[in-house]
Parts: sequence; C-alpha cells; structure tokens
Amino acid sequence: MTNPEPRPVLQVRNISKKLGGKQILQGVSFELRKRELKVLIGPSGGGKSTLLQCINFLIPPDEGEIFLKGQEIHIHRKRDLYAYRQKVGMIFQDFNLFDHLNALDNVSIALRKVKKMTKTAARDRAVVELERVGIGDKAELYPSQLSGGQKQRVSIARALAMDPEVMLLDEPTSALDPELIGEVLTVIRNLAQDGMTMIMATHQIGFIRALADEILFMQEGKIIEQGTPFDLLMPGKNSRTQAFCSKLQELSEEPDI
Amino acid sequence: MFETFQVLRDSFPYLLQGAGVTALAVAGAMAFGFLIGIHIAVFQVYGPWWLRRMVGAYVWFFRGVPILVLLFLFYFGLFSLIGINLSALTSVILVLGMTSGAYQSQIYRGAIQSLSYGQLKAARALGMSDTRAIVSIILPQALRLSIPGFSNEYSIILKDSALAFVLGTTEIMARTHFVASRTYQHLPLYLMAALLYFILTGIGVKMLRKLEEKVRIPGYSHHQG
Repeated sequence: MTNPEPRPVLQVRNISKKLGGKQILQGVSFELRKRELKVLIGPSGGGKSTLLQCINFLIPPDEGEIFLKGQEIHIHRKRDLYAYRQKVGMIFQDFNLFDHLNALDNVSIALRKVKKMTKTAARDRAVVELERVGIGDKAELYPSQLSGGQKQRVSIARALAMDPEVMLLDEPTSALDPELIGEVLTVIRNLAQDGMTMIMATHQIGFIRALADEILFMQEGKIIEQGTPFDLLMPGKNSRTQAFCSKLQELSEEPDI
Repeated sequence: MFETFQVLRDSFPYLLQGAGVTALAVAGAMAFGFLIGIHIAVFQVYGPWWLRRMVGAYVWFFRGVPILVLLFLFYFGLFSLIGINLSALTSVILVLGMTSGAYQSQIYRGAIQSLSYGQLKAARALGMSDTRAIVSIILPQALRLSIPGFSNEYSIILKDSALAFVLGTTEIMARTHFVASRTYQHLPLYLMAALLYFILTGIGVKMLRKLEEKVRIPGYSHHQG
C-alpha cells in the first residue's frame, strides 16, 4: 500500500528443499523491496513455513540463493550468517519465547549477548519495544503468565529490538483464540504502516485485502499464482487464490457444531 | 553401658572429622561430575555423530563397571601406570566424579530434550551461535529441571563414598571401622556412622530443595498460587 523502492532488500532465488524424502520446495523465487508486505497463502503442507525458515537458514535449503541488499548469504560463513539473522526478524506461530526469562529479558537478551549492548542500554531499548507493541506494563511477567496475544507481541518486540531490515512472519495468529487475533494484527498493521519490509504467511483475509502489496499462493512447494489482492481476490477473477479464500471464508462463517 | 557412652563420646570428634572428609570428597566428586556431565549431555544432544559415539562409550563404561573396581583400577592401576602420584582422597574424588559424570549426563540430557526445539530456533533466528543459545537459553532451563535428579545423584554418591575406605581415605566409614576394631563397640559405632550419613544426606537434599524453590520460574509451579 506504500510506495516501494525499486531496489530489492531481499531476493530469494530458486529455493528447493527435500525433507524426509518429500520435495517440500521446488525452485521458489521472489523478491521483497523496501517497505513491501507480501503474503504467503495456500493449503497446509504447501511449503509456506519451510520457505520462511529457509530464508534465514533455520532449515538449510538444498538449492538456491538468498541475497540481502545484493549480498549473497552463505550458510557456511558462520559470522556472516549470524549477522544476517540479526537483520532478519522472525515471528513464529507458537511464539517460542524463552520460558525462563520475563518479557523484558526475552527482548533484551539478544541485545546483550549478540549485539553486546550494556545491560542498561539493552533494558532501555527493550522497554521502548514493549511499549511499542502495547505491553510496557507486562515487562516483569514471565511467558507462562501472559496470554497468547501478549506472548506474540513480546516475540514481535524481541524481533524489532534487533533493528531488522526484513521480517518473516510464520502464521503469527494461527495459534491464538479468535478474540486475541485482533491485538496482534493491529501491531503488525502498525509495522506495515511504518514501512517495515515483511513476508508473512497468514490466512487473515481482511488483513490481506487491506495491507498486502502482493499475494503469493503456494501449493506443493511452488508459487502457483501471484498478484495484488485486487488482481486475485476481486469477485469474478476465478483465480486459485479466490477459490481458496472463499473456502476459508465459508469455514469461518460456519457455526460451531 | 557406661563404656559404650565413653567410646562414643571420645570418638565423636574423630568421626565428625571423617564426616568433613566425606563431605569434601562428595562435593568434589559432584562438582567434577557436573562439569563432565553437562558437556556429555550437550555433546549427546547437539554434537556430531562421532562425538556422540565417543561420549556414549564413556557413559557406557562408567555406568557398566562397579565403583569398587574403578577405584582399584585407577588408584592401583592407571594412575601409577601413567606415573602420577595422587593421594587416596584425590583419587576417590576423581573416580567418583567420573562415575557421577556419566550418571549426571543423563539427568541433563533428559532435561535438555524436554525443552521445546522452538526456543533454540528462536535463539538462532536472533543471531545467536549454537554455543551462545545453549549457554544462555537451553542450559538455564535444563539445569533448573535437573535439580530433583541431581538431588538423587547426590544422595547416591554420598553413600558410594563409603567405598573410599578401601583406599585408606580417612572418611566416616574408615574411621568408624578403625575405632570399632579397637574397642569392639560395633553396634553403637556403626549406628553413629549411619546417623552421620543420614544427616549429611538430609542437609544436602534440603539445600537442593531450597535452591529449587529459589530459582523456580514464576508461573511454572504445579502448586496453586
């Protein structure tokens, strides 16, 4: 929805991955320009989560190249890999907060241990980020004392504190109760409006329509359709994406049995 | 009756010193075993195959051979073979420590494996090396979970330390044996020794329980509130 710059921040080229004898990703490519928000949708098992984890090498791809600001990332150059990961924030479906640390320390630990900031500087930064996601008052609470929505916001604060160039969001609201989804989506919407570059797997159609610059529809390890929400979701477009989204809509409107 | 009382009274300070030696041997062995055990556990969970294989063999060996055999093997055999002259107490600490390390490693391995893999992924995603993630994220949680198992290991090692008397270490058992064989007051003296072990076990277990409470992560209790 914002005006992207021409030079891509992140380039993903021809990523393939086989896991347990099954080809999960088959030559996936896409680019993210600064301030762009692209959305991955598609049936589960289609490779969305694997793709996102290949981008920061949590799952090493079998083939393909990844460039950040034109610089190719090599998984075997550990120093470069760690530096790259600091610039690529990741949000997980199940939060993955550090259970032994309170919200504040969850956000500040990487600042101290990775960025080598002083304790006070890290603490101050963590407070800023927790306030940014609206939970400054929960700084002293531990993950088990937080709701799902609050946990996910801590994890977003934790990623933001590292000053990422790009953020990868892997179904950030799928593990949440319906009434908690809104608070997390609001935070992500604010990020998008502040110009954060993001790629996000999600099935929140309203969010996609309002904010996505492009939809990538993934199935069986390939991007089989891509285009703006307008191109793919307007009634009568007859796209694969359209059919999938109508199905989602139908399911969400179905009453509980 | 009076004689019994007199023997107990006269030998009590001597036996109490023995308890000090026992405590020293156990503390040393537990600490040495901790260093060994934590490394083995990390290698077994995260190491390459050849390292897993190596530490696996270590655990197999030290859990598979009786401590008494190990004490003789190292004190009379290996240590003199490689030309180092260690005191009986040092040898006991080393042998008990190496054995305890094998047992402790499995306590820590179980604790590490009970943690979600997602936390390690999150740490890596923030730019942490695996070593950093293990030290800052995994071990602080795994060690908390290991305290009950460690407490068990402590009480076992404490009692195994009585075997040290075969090398002539002057701990509780050796001193009791020495006094009893001179005074023939076997029953009261060995009761006294039993009491000393009992108290040492209690103190250690209680302290570990306190530690467990102290470092418990808020919100993670199985108790209400």
